[in-house]
Parts: sequence; C-alpha cells; structure tokens
Amino acid sequence: MTATAQGSVGAPLGRLEGPQKVTGAARYAAEYPQDDLAYGWIVPSPVACGTLDAVVVDPLQDAIAVLWHGNVPALAAVDDPELAVLQSEKISYRGQPVALVIADSLEAARRAAQTLSLSITAGEKPDTVLREDHPGLYTPETVNPSFPAESAMGDVDKALKSAYIAIDEVYSTPALHNNPMEPHATIARWDGDSLTVFDSNQHPSGVAATLGEIFGAANVHVVAEHIGGGFGSKGTARPNAVLAALGARVTGRPVKVVLPRQQMFSIVGHRTPTIQRIRLGADRDGTLTAIDHQATSQSSRLFEYAEQTAVVTRHMYAAPNRRTGHQLARLDMPTPRWMRAPGEAPGMVALECAVDELAERLGMDPIELRIRNEPAVEPESGEPFTSRHYVECLRRGAQRFGWSGRDHRPGRRREGDWLIGTGVAGATYPTMVQPSTARVRRLAPDRFEVAIGAADLGTGARTILAQIAADALGVPASAIDIKIGDSTLPVASVAGGSSGSASWGWAVTGACRALVASSSPEAVFDTTELVGKQGTAGRHAFGAHFAEVRVDTVTGEVRVSRLYGMYAAGRILNPRTARSQFLGGMIMGMGMALHEEGVLDPAFGQWVNNDLAGYHIPAHADVEEIDAEWLDEHDDQINPMGSKGIGEIGIVGSPAAIVNAIWHATGIRVRDLPVRLDKLLPDLGA
Amino acid sequence: MRLTVNGVDHDLDLDLRTTVLDALREHLGLTGAKKGCDHGQCGACTVLLDGRRVNSCLLLAVAHQDAEITTIEGLNDHPVQRGFLDHDGFQCGYCTPGQICSAVGMLDEVEKGWPSAVTQDSDRLSDSEIKERMSGNLCRCGAYPNMVPAIHQAAGR
Ligand code: FES
Ligand code: FES
Repeated sequence: MTATAQGSVGAPLGRLEGPQKVTGAARYAAEYPQDDLAYGWIVPSPVACGTLDAVVVDPLQDAIAVLWHGNVPALAAVDDPELAVLQSEKISYRGQPVALVIADSLEAARRAAQTLSLSITAGEKPDTVLREDHPGLYTPETVNPSFPAESAMGDVDKALKSAYIAIDEVYSTPALHNNPMEPHATIARWDGDSLTVFDSNQHPSGVAATLGEIFGAANVHVVAEHIGGGFGSKGTARPNAVLAALGARVTGRPVKVVLPRQQMFSIVGHRTPTIQRIRLGADRDGTLTAIDHQATSQSSRLFEYAEQTAVVTRHMYAAPNRRTGHQLARLDMPTPRWMRAPGEAPGMVALECAVDELAERLGMDPIELRIRNEPAVEPESGEPFTSRHYVECLRRGAQRFGWSGRDHRPGRRREGDWLIGTGVAGATYPTMVQPSTARVRRLAPDRFEVAIGAADLGTGARTILAQIAADALGVPASAIDIKIGDSTLPVASVAGGSSGSASWGWAVTGACRALVASSSPEAVFDTTELVGKQGTAGRHAFGAHFAEVRVDTVTGEVRVSRLYGMYAAGRILNPRTARSQFLGGMIMGMGMALHEEGVLDPAFGQWVNNDLAGYHIPAHADVEEIDAEWLDEHDDQINPMGSKGIGEIGIVGSPAAIVNAIWHATGIRVRDLPVRLDKLLPDLGA
Repeated sequence: MRLTVNGVDHDLDLDLRTTVLDALREHLGLTGAKKGCDHGQCGACTVLLDGRRVNSCLLLAVAHQDAEITTIEGLNDHPVQRGFLDHDGFQCGYCTPGQICSAVGMLDEVEKGWPSAVTQDSDRLSDSEIKERMSGNLCRCGAYPNMVPAIHQAAGR
C-alpha cells in the first residue's frame, strides 16, 4: 500500500531503513571506520566492595595505556555518579569498571585486561540480597522519575478488616536484564577540543550534553544513526561512552569500547528485583473496598534508583480506601535502572495476579471483576481520563480470543499429559510527552528535509516521523528526507517512556505547519512551552492480554500456545510497525513470566548467569500463536496526532496473563517469577 | 593469511587469535555480520561457510583460509531478504543479518532432507519446523512472528 498525500499517518509504510538493515549496510555505533583506531577493554571489579590500591600491568602484554584512578585526568561530576568512571579507589559493586586497557588490537586489549593484576583491599562481607525485612530499608523521597513514594486515601486497614473477602499475598519478581542484541558500544575521537562519539544510545541530544559536561567540552557530536535495541538501558550515557572518550583523550587516538555481553549484566543497568505485598478487600459482588500495594526494591550504593513499582495501582481500579508505598534497600550490587516499562511491568504482575486470585475466591469471571471496578475518574487524582477504553479492550479482546464459555475453575482441561488453561490481565502505560525541537527545510518545490535529534532503536520512529511530516505538509511520505540520530540536529527528548513518537511528532508537526503557513524555506518548532502547559493526570494507554498455556504434568514444562493483546493506545500511526512493537513487548513479557532471571551469587554479588546461554531470552521456538490488535482510539488532548505511546505496554500485564493461565491450567499459584518448572513440579502430581 | 569472502580473495596480516567475525568486522570493513555475544550463543554473527551456516565468532580466521565465506553483503537480493522486508521481519535490525544468513542456510538444510528435532515423517516446512531450526538466532526485539511468514515466502510457499 502506498501512502497518499492525504493519509500517510495510519498507513502500513515499510521501515525506511529496511533495505539497509537486510543488506548489512545499516551502520551501528562500533562500525564506523577510523584511521589509527585503538581498542579499549574494560576491567571489571572482581569484588563487590573494597578499594583498588594499585594496578600492575603484565610487561609481556602490549597495551598502549592502562587507565585507572591512579592515573586518569579528573572528570567533572554529573548527576549520575556511575559516570565518574575511574575517579575513585572505592569499589561499589562487582563488575564495576576499575580500569581500561587500551591496545592496538581487540585481541591484545582483551588479553592485557585478563592478565592485569589488581591490588585490592576487599571490604566486609558484601550485602547483596534483597529481603522484605532488610534492616536498611527506607522510603525514598520520590520514585522514578519523580512520583511521590507514598499515597493514601481513606482507611485501608479498617476496610480490609470489614471486607467480605480479603486477599493478602506477596509476589516477587527477579532481576531482569535488558540485553539489547547490540551491546553498548562507543567509538570516541578528539579533534582538538571537539569530541565526536559514535555511540549506541536512545538519546543523542542528552548523551552529548552529558559528555560535554563531564569533559568540559563545548563541541560534542554524538552519532547514533542505527541502534540495535536498548529497552531503557541506553537511555542515558553509559560508562562505555565516558571510557572511550577518556581513552581517546589520553592516547590521542580514536578509541573503540564495546561491552562484552557478560559486562552488560552489571554496567548498564537492569530491572531491580521486587518484593510486593498486595492486599485487596472486596464486597460479595466483587466491588473493591480497599487496595494496598507495597513494593520493595533495591539500588546500589552509588546511585538511588527507585523503581515506581506500585504507582500503576494508583490509577488502575476504583476503591475508596487505597494506599501505595515503596521501600528501597541500598546494596553492594550494580545499579538497577530503566528496563522496558519500569514500574508498570513488575507492578502489574502483582496487581493483576492478585485480582485473579480475588476472582477465584469470589467464583467470578476475572474479566467481570475488573469491569466492576472500572473507575469513572483517575482514582487518586480525581481527574478525568483523557481517554480510557480498558473495558472495551477486555470485552473486545475476550471476543477475539474466545473467552466465553470458559470454566473458571482450575485444572479442568486435560489433553494427554498436558493441562490447558487460559488467563487474562490488564495492561496500561502512562502517556508522556517531552519537549523537543524539529526543523523542516524545503529543498525543492516537492522535496523536504525534516531534522530532529531523535533515535530509532527499532521502533520505526524514522518512518513514523516521515509519515507525520508528510501529512502536515500535504505531500507523500516519499517526498521527505528524514534526518535523525545525531546530536547536531535540533534537540530531541529521549527515546524512552513510550514518548518518542508523541514528543518528536508534535515538534515535527509544528515545524511543518509553520513552514506551510510561511513563505520561508525553513521552519523550526520547539514544543517546550506547549508541553509545559499540559496537565499530567489522567493520561494513559490501556489494553488487555489473554494467554492460553499448556503445562506438561510429567516435566512441568509450560508452553504458551496463544498470546493475544488488545490495545487502546491512541491513534496508531503505522499499523505495520506498531503491531511489531506490541508483539515484541508481549514476547519480552513471556520471557518475564517463564524464562528470565538474573541468578545471584550472594557471596560475591555476582549475576552468575551473565550471558545469553545462562540468561534465556525467548527464542523462535518459544513463540507459538501470537497476535495484537487495537481499538480505533484518537485522543486529541495529548498531541496533534492523537497518538499515545506503544513501546512498552506490551510487556505490562502479559506476564500476569500467562501466570494466571498457568493457575487455570493447574490450580497452582506461583507468586515468584519466573514460573520455572521446578516451582510447578512438586504440586503437579501427574 | 588469506580469506575468501563473497568471492573476493583478501590478503591479511591477522593475529592468530582473530576470529572470522572480527576479521570481517575489524579488518575487512564488512560489518554486516554482527557481534551479539562473541560466544556462539546468539547467532547474530551467522555467515555461510562453504554454504553452511556457522557462528563466525566461534571460528578462528587462520583455520578457514580455504573456505568460501558468504556474508549478508554477499547475498544479492536474496528471496529471504525480500521476505524480511515484505513481512517486517525485524525491528532494530541488529540480529537481522544473522537471521537472514541462518535462514538461507536452513532452507538449504531442509532441501537436503536434514531433519530437525521436531521433524515428523512429512517433509513439509511447517511453522514449527522454521521456529525450531531458527532457534539458534535470538531476537530481543521479538520480531520472530514476522520472520516465519518471511521465510515461508522465501521458500516459495
Ligand atoms: S556473536 Fe556469535 S553467536 Fe553471538
Ligand atoms: S530485530 Fe532487534 S534483535 Fe532482532
């Protein structure tokens, strides 16, 4: 289908960079040729706490330089202490970069790093395990990004005591690792005082600003044309970028630093483990009278990252008495950070599994229970929703999935050794917009260049922005040259929080409209003021996930035979790339439900399964029938396109739908993710 | 040292520790083959070695001087590439060259009648055959559902 001048947005346009990606021509950060390139290899700390006193280089190895805190230039501090690389003798977690070896070849750098001796004074026995009764727990001031850590309405305890039925359960989710397929990578080059950085990141404008601050450089040019996924872990500058720039400054040569997969488990962030207590009180007819969601998670000694796990509960269901809270422990462990739908993904595991348990206790259809508790306004703020079609997603999704006629009792369907069940869970993700600036130029009467410092991590952003520009200019998408992925373009917000298309698309629309309205060949549009005037409450996308699983009663193996998502996420700008994004989120949700888990060695504070053999991400054979559809929603209170974000909602609720389906198949409630077969086997009683 | 890549002979002065993948990426400027793990665990580095799919990160270049290496850059408008484009069989594109080379090698294996773990007696290229045979190539974007019709299309069905 070709896009017409009147309707590029909404057309299933193929990815503009597709031909480059299928021929190997698309260039990722580590792939820019450089004269006289040197290679950097990070030396990770072998201990979780202590001090690095000295570094001894094996004279037989040919390293050009070995950088450590004893010999590196001082860097300016920025608000992320993790970027103060090699600035202190103090070691805060196992895997923290403590030295950078630079050599003429990759092989030489790696070998020299392996043979380096570190003289370390190891600290006390490291504190590495998150517990609900950890003595160091505290309530942070805010949770990511800036929500109050606690909220309360009514009298939860009283309501729970007088409830017809009360649920009180603890759910836990493990450490999860983003693992984009492209490792974090940087090539840095100094030309005088100007720094050029080819870096794999989700925010070229932001990374340039950060590096500029750290190195006191006025001219920093960040190129991130193609990015091999990020899922949050490339949202800000990571240590590899600083180390490459540092190495290049010291050696006077371009330096390439690519993280080996193993180092990615510690250095670039991961999803914190969570322990969540949910209490629900309900009347006989399923009307919720109380909701309480208390979440415990961890951060490192270096940096307070507080996952907003319970925030999602503030706007999901109605109940007069409600409370949410967060507690944090600071451990001798790597810093957790954003991973696809931080907060919502783990939070909805607990909430949506608890709602399912409540439905079981009430003998109700879990869909009807959810519909009964649909709020008229955002429950805690009292503000109206700009649009909310959750009930429609549940009903329409149920129809498409084939829910009616389900026997709600567990363990009723058996085929040979397999038990079969179905499950449902809600999905939601906040709709965010961030200030951005775009520029459009008329190159020829029928040719336009649209420029914005956005990043396409595989979301289809490049394509969608061309579609948006085409409609705003009234030309076909093929008339647009789109320029993104470069910090010298107009400043754009991060490709994160599912806010990219909405934020950049708004700026692009504004610039194109301004161009049409004027006779000048160029227009620039900055949305900062418009975005600042917007409210924040009541803005969310919604959806419903449905799963059918079969569980082998002999082996405990779980197969997801069907996974289905129905979304109400604003106007869908490109159905082809949108479907791919929804499915990708749901598949990552399947990994969260069944496979993924950072396994901790508590004695060393080490993720022991730190590679792609030990940490199983879903593979081809894990995915059976899967589909995603959406309702026709157009939210004109959010941005001129009527769109919401779609990058993250697919992982929100899909794990709970699978876990609930496992209960329906087997009668076993697993409240500790992932649902490994050893957690099912003892109770399967073949 | 000599390497033959996409029909071109290259004279190279390589470290004995250099893998085929690093030779391609760091020395020949052929960056189509990707490095996702460097340990044979992800398939991003898949190329064809004498027509068979291999993880090039696990091969030392010095040991493959007589081989014909084909990378994504050497596939010329192959039906698998077309299939991936037609069906949106990728998102970030980083696993994609490996997926495509792997699919090319896989279709040849099917052609030769090599069985997989899920092969029943029929020789039909079912969805589950494709998924099983492609499971050595990870995709974190989860583009798997679109790769299956892409590969079917390339297989001529
Ligand atoms: S890079 Fe070779 S298998 Fe992963
Ligand atoms: S397309 Fe991104 S990893 Fe496969």
